Amino acid sequence: MLSVEGLHAAYGRIEALDGVDLEVKQGEIMSLVGANGAGKTTLLMSICGAPIVTAGRIVLDGEDLAGVPMHEIIRRGVGHVPEGRHIFPRMTVLENLRMGGYAVDPKHFSADLERVLALFPRLKDRLSQRGGTLSGGEQQMLAIARALIGRPRLLLLDEPSLGLAPLIALQLFQAILGINRDEKLTVLLIEQNAYQALKLADRACIMVNGKITLRGTGAELLANPAVQAAYLEGAA
Amino acid sequence: MAAADRQRPPFVAMLRDSALAAVVAALLAVPLLGVRLVDNAGGLTLDYRLPLVLYAAAAVFAGRLLLSLAGHFLAPSFRDMTVSLPRMPRNSLIIVGWVLVAAAVLLPWMPFAERNLVDKLTLILIYVMLGWGLNIVVGLAGLLDLGYVAFYAIGAYAYALLSMHFGLSFWICLPLAGLMAALFGVALGFPVLRLRGDYLAIVTLGFGEIIRVVLLNWQAVTNGPNGITGIERPTLFGLSFSRAADGPTFAGFFGIEFSPVHRVYFLYYLILALALMTTLFAQRIRRLPTGRAWEALREDEIACRSLGMNPVTVKLSAFAIGASFAGLAGSFFATRQGFISPESFSFIESATILAIVVLGGMGSQIGIVLAAVLLVGLPEWFRDLSEYRMLVFGGAMVLIMLWRPQGLLSRREPTILLDPKPASAGATVP
Ligand SMILES: Nc1ncnc2c1ncn2[C@@H]1O[C@H](COP(=O)(O)OP(=O)(O)OP(=O)(O)O)[C@@H](O)[C@H]1O
Ligand SMILES: [Mg+2]
Repeated sequence: MLSVEGLHAAYGRIEALDGVDLEVKQGEIMSLVGANGAGKTTLLMSICGAPIVTAGRIVLDGEDLAGVPMHEIIRRGVGHVPEGRHIFPRMTVLENLRMGGYAVDPKHFSADLERVLALFPRLKDRLSQRGGTLSGGEQQMLAIARALIGRPRLLLLDEPSLGLAPLIALQLFQAILGINRDEKLTVLLIEQNAYQALKLADRACIMVNGKITLRGTGAELLANPAVQAAYLEGAA
Repeated sequence: MAAADRQRPPFVAMLRDSALAAVVAALLAVPLLGVRLVDNAGGLTLDYRLPLVLYAAAAVFAGRLLLSLAGHFLAPSFRDMTVSLPRMPRNSLIIVGWVLVAAAVLLPWMPFAERNLVDKLTLILIYVMLGWGLNIVVGLAGLLDLGYVAFYAIGAYAYALLSMHFGLSFWICLPLAGLMAALFGVALGFPVLRLRGDYLAIVTLGFGEIIRVVLLNWQAVTNGPNGITGIERPTLFGLSFSRAADGPTFAGFFGIEFSPVHRVYFLYYLILALALMTTLFAQRIRRLPTGRAWEALREDEIACRSLGMNPVTVKLSAFAIGASFAGLAGSFFATRQGFISPESFSFIESATILAIVVLGGMGSQIGIVLAAVLLVGLPEWFRDLSEYRMLVFGGAMVLIMLWRPQGLLSRREPTILLDPKPASAGATVP
């Protein structure tokens, strides 16, 4: 569904991606794990059309995305949950969700709303609460729910478990798995929480310094001693 | 003793705080009050007026200290000087709004209404309309625009020039003036798309000045500082409000005696209608995708991009639509005065309009009315005290900022409400 070939990206003279190849297949969960500053966020932003790509190709459903602006890429069925939630703090939860449907036909909204509220029941009781007053975990749920209202075919998640209590993070990952299985939504998941991300993933990659150094199924990487030493020390 | 010890520190802090305020006041007062250019036989000389500086510093010291003491003794803490309004239910604001509208419609028929009052209310309503228009740009879209008066000027000149050169009537020019201002709004929008906050404010400030300077210097078209006179006055379905006109007159058509008051009242209702149109539009568009996008963009641009929004079109639409209302108000201003010159469109106008929006509590329609009455109406009524006008104005601003730092009325109303029917809520309970 999405394929990235030989992608280089740079912020001015700082090289952030150094030849990344990545293939996300229809219906799978692909996890991308890496240390701080490895370039994960940069990769997602490049997929979304940030003007930092210096070489390489990004192809979505057979169409090259070179030069396509971000709002157009989103409209082609990419849902993006940016790093750090970015909900609208002064708007109510319901208004936040309504904004999620900005780029799609409004006639879907009420059905989609019901669907995401079933997925995140906590949001249901808080529909008229302001976004900024939600807890961190609820904000993250809201951010994902809002992206889902946009009816994506490919969901890009940038560190959804950031700052969440382990139990809440676990619920969130279960919800992501549920969406993937029930709605056949393709997911590209970026995570620091390597154990959960690899457990969840159909396939996964490890990213180091702007390059992908290891690939495999989630289970393979979980069992890999090098991965265990670098990312899973003390986990599980 | 211990109690006295605990009492002392706040007073020391207060004294220090007041001294600091006095120093700032003195520094400001040196250029403002301390020196004066005197024109005498030997040419220009500087006159030093140091006592005035000291008076100013002393006044600020005393005022600040009194304020601190008042805060200390009357309110548990200084911050509690803010007054919080009771949370009014949504419907009550709507009722207040309609009552205000009804009052505005009926007012000219009240026994105490006279020409002067209606004239002043017309002026206030111009600022209310400008405030509501600027609120679209600043309050909803969060784009700090310090050059809003430029669009007001463009609307005024557009009407004056179109009517002068092409003989077009006010009613044809009105939408054209709005359109023209909207085009200039887009023209301003393009270069400032990437700017935010302070930078945006500075560029818009510059834009406002550019327009004024062009109007001042483009003699051939705008007649420079002398302005344009004899601007066509408005008609009601072709009925003129003059004593004698080429066509039918208002007084003649209705068979009543001519009175100059008719036009004053007509202008009042005209601006009332234009202003109401502005606020109804602003309230309607908040519930539409365009208006929602403005508010969202003001809150978080990254999130907006992630949701498939194109910030370029969203910002440009805010600038264009906000500007078009200033354009409409501008052509009303031109037709009311019958005379315009660049002098009417100086920066102080932009500042006043922005102050109305901020004071009203960004985004509050009724707050803007209150603020316009305070900032435009009161100075008009106290014209007799002309020398003290600005003093009262400044004092009022300080008090309002102390009591209501977030603006007079500043609650944001959600644009979608939950279904009152408990259809989906009931589903959870078997
Ligand atoms: N706007 C920017 N300007 C300059 N350098 C940047 C910018 N954004 C990111 N970088 C650099 O690019 C590199 C990759 O950053 P990126 O945000 O992609 O890391 P990441 O893998 O998402 O890290 P984390 O897990 O901490 O979020 C880092 O070295 C970072 O300093
Ligand atoms: Mg990151």
